[in-house]
Amino acid sequence: MEYEVVIGLEIHAELDTRSKIYCGCTTEFGGEPNTHCCPICTGMPGVLPVLNKTVVEYAVRAGLAANCAISSFSKQDRKNYFYPDLPKAYQTSQYDLPLCKNGYLEIEVDGSVKKIGITRIHIEEDAGKLIHDESGKVSYVDYNRCGVPLIEIVTEPDMRSSAEVKAFFEKLKSILEYTSVSDCKMQEGSLRADVNLSVRPKGQKEFGTRTEIKNLNSVRAIVRAVDGEARRQISVLERNGVIVQETRRWDDEKGESYSMRDKEEAHDYRYFPEPDLTPVVVDEAWLDKIRSSIPELPDERRKRFIAEYGIPAYDAAFITGSKPLADFFEAAAKESKNAKAISNWIMGDVMKKLNDTGLEPLDMPIKPESLSRLVSLIDENVISGKIAKQVFEIMWDTGEDPADIVEKEGLKVVTDTEEIRSIVIQVISANPKSVEDYKSGKTKAIGFLVGQIMRETKGKADPQAVNRLLKEELDKL
Amino acid sequence: MKLTDLTASMAAEKIKKREISVIELTKAYLERIDELNGTIGAYITVCAEQALRQAESVQKKLDSGEDILPLAGIPAGLKDNICTKDVKTTCASKMLDNFLPPYDATVTKKLSESDVIVLGKLNMDEFAMGSSNENSWYMPVKNPLDHERVPGGSSGGAAAAVASHMSCFALGSDTGGSIRQPASFCGVVGLKPTYGAVSRFGLIAFASSLDQIGPITKDVVDCAMVMNIIAGHDPLDSTSVDINYPDYTTFLNNDVKGLRIGLPKEYFGSGLHEEVKEKILDAVKAYESYGAIIEEVSLPFTEYAIPAYYIISSAEASSNLARYDGIKYGYRAKEYSDIIDLYKKTRSEGFGTEVKRRIMLGTYALSSGYYDAYYKKALKVRRLIFEDFQKAYQKVDVILGPTSPATAFKLGEKTANPLEMYLGDIYTVSVNIAGLCAISLSCGFDSKGLPIGMQLIGKPFDEGTLIRAAYTYESNTGKSGVTNCGI
Repeated sequence: MEYEVVIGLEIHAELDTRSKIYCGCTTEFGGEPNTHCCPICTGMPGVLPVLNKTVVEYAVRAGLAANCAISSFSKQDRKNYFYPDLPKAYQTSQYDLPLCKNGYLEIEVDGSVKKIGITRIHIEEDAGKLIHDESGKVSYVDYNRCGVPLIEIVTEPDMRSSAEVKAFFEKLKSILEYTSVSDCKMQEGSLRADVNLSVRPKGQKEFGTRTEIKNLNSVRAIVRAVDGEARRQISVLERNGVIVQETRRWDDEKGESYSMRDKEEAHDYRYFPEPDLTPVVVDEAWLDKIRSSIPELPDERRKRFIAEYGIPAYDAAFITGSKPLADFFEAAAKESKNAKAISNWIMGDVMKKLNDTGLEPLDMPIKPESLSRLVSLIDENVISGKIAKQVFEIMWDTGEDPADIVEKEGLKVVTDTEEIRSIVIQVISANPKSVEDYKSGKTKAIGFLVGQIMRETKGKADPQAVNRLLKEELDKL
Repeated sequence: MKLTDLTASMAAEKIKKREISVIELTKAYLERIDELNGTIGAYITVCAEQALRQAESVQKKLDSGEDILPLAGIPAGLKDNICTKDVKTTCASKMLDNFLPPYDATVTKKLSESDVIVLGKLNMDEFAMGSSNENSWYMPVKNPLDHERVPGGSSGGAAAAVASHMSCFALGSDTGGSIRQPASFCGVVGLKPTYGAVSRFGLIAFASSLDQIGPITKDVVDCAMVMNIIAGHDPLDSTSVDINYPDYTTFLNNDVKGLRIGLPKEYFGSGLHEEVKEKILDAVKAYESYGAIIEEVSLPFTEYAIPAYYIISSAEASSNLARYDGIKYGYRAKEYSDIIDLYKKTRSEGFGTEVKRRIMLGTYALSSGYYDAYYKKALKVRRLIFEDFQKAYQKVDVILGPTSPATAFKLGEKTANPLEMYLGDIYTVSVNIAGLCAISLSCGFDSKGLPIGMQLIGKPFDEGTLIRAAYTYESNTGKSGVTNCGI
């Protein structure tokens, strides 16, 4: 039987505000345990929360960028449960009146465009972190993350494949980056997803029983978890089994999910309106102000890059998918006459470096002006493409300007005809066999001779000059 | 007259005129505490050293000719649910027996900035849940006028301390009557300010949407003076209201001519003790003689106030008290097998019966499947009660009635029947539910010599009118804590 997979996502994004949602503590990542907290975020008796307005502003910005309706009146609620990382024993969140609702994002998979509905976006606070002792007997609590502001983005069950999930997730990530709502650093947990998934025989209208896979923190894990869970559910159904509605955890190393089977399942969160906070009111004036603060979003930018810089649609889509990458491209391309070359460098060597080093585009060690100068050096025939790769490596490691590197390392193309000619003559006389071959019509031999010349000049000789002079000298023989 | 017999305003006057020193006054109170606290049990913690140090520094200020604030040098006590930095704040619970707050409540800060001397922390019903102060983990408080009787609750220690002159004034908290009822039982003045008028930052929460800190004083003048210190917007409390707060002493006028006073007929029906009713009606007559206009009003939803109150307050309490889990501070069970066991044992051992009863009640009311029937319905009742008052205030300026249906009862008399205890809150809870302000002041004694409290209920943020009306009564009758306590 053919099955259809139905997927919805719940995504938590940490907001890039300076202070926490209900107190003035820093949101900075890292820090010695329990150094970024105060009586308020550790839920000491008698403390009260005060909502950070920037949190509302950022969440509204995300909502507007995701085509949501913004509630002029929303409220915050308490979600009650016991856990040591939750010092108040409730998480302040939003229950029935979220800040943003009924939005969508458009994704493109295999050339066709599809709308993915966004049910809601609400604000809430993060919890702390448990650190388990090696003995297994003791656990420590770090409250640094307690009260770091989050938005939870809930989608409609509109996705039908891991490719769609990937496209949606990346689109959302780029929007959150573009609007500066979140830094989206996945390895620091700034962005994480829960996957709700069910399968049904193709053509069936009713949804199957869904499972939820919690806390996926890389695109790769999300894609693999979707594929893995879909396979598992289908195989259960094919053996006439029953899918249990449950929360599962994805083990990315083993490539399989397993049931969490803990008491969290039975939770009744006893939501009720947070009496310590007044309703969140977003009036027209504030909304207009936030709306006007929204920068150009990826779709618009993609179209503009094609028009303005004349790069291919594929390149534009790739580069605008990441705001830091697009910013880098634009800063470099502005200074350059060869935007396509810049985009090639970004999609090629830059991406490879980022992947190899595990760096985020935001932490790129080279300056856009440097890349643009590197491209000019090639275009102006100061260095060869091959040498450019060498220069790029040094730029990446040292952050130096490419022209300085070329100067210092003596990497300039040798265009001095006489200098090249003397090396050509030298190579010809050192390789009589190849000259013989060439003369007898084996044109391949010329490639070998060029190679020898380039070796002698450490790749710096202008290849056109080499070709021309070699032919001249050979013809003289 | 003893130094401790002076009201705050009288003592402040003498301090300013150098007739008495702050140190002398503070010592007199500490001696009074030494003498009486063993019997009355009003204080959980006495900060003798700290108080004397503070007294010395205030006296120094005075001696150096610095301008001092109106209540500088006046010794006061704080209910033990108001946080004091590095001074044990227990909520009269085993759970917080060892809790040293790392910060001061906003009111604590305001008092110390006003150079009020903090004598110590006052006994109360555990987590402010109770109407008799018998729910303290430490010891029950005794009514200074009759040691066999309760002082009322939950601010029983605060009212008893002021009535027995172990404190010149006190700050209590009122969630459903916890300032007014003990003030009434002990024959002193107690004001519950409008919700949002006094910062709750640092008040250990019982029911967040109902809790309010307020003064318990020897007379109405002191009440106005304390309000001048504690009322005001606090950016640390989102529910604190940002308006211009008046100088409450400007309302100390002996004049109620033309003031329209409403008598809710529901407050004078069955359940009200005859002797209490008599004295309240005497007070009504007195007001009429001062030129006030008396009118009957109706608050038809009064009978639903108690159930709505116990659902809303318990629901909020079940969430507010969930943080006492033995992880971060306070009591932790000695032995446990895992985290769930740690929670269970800590909370079973750390909380008293009444607190556990309310946590269970509140948890039940918020549970899925019951939320609409209990919590949501209680919120609807809350709205209706508020509208009752709104309608009444179209006709009258202030509402008058008894604070409590009866005078102080005997220790142990009602402990077996929590419901009966709850019903005693009938006249006070509506005020919290509707977020209004109300004052309780003494209007006479019953045949056993126990004080009877009358309650004046005002519109939101109209504490001024309450102070004017109460001051007028007090000025004409001389009935206040100082003259009537008789210990």
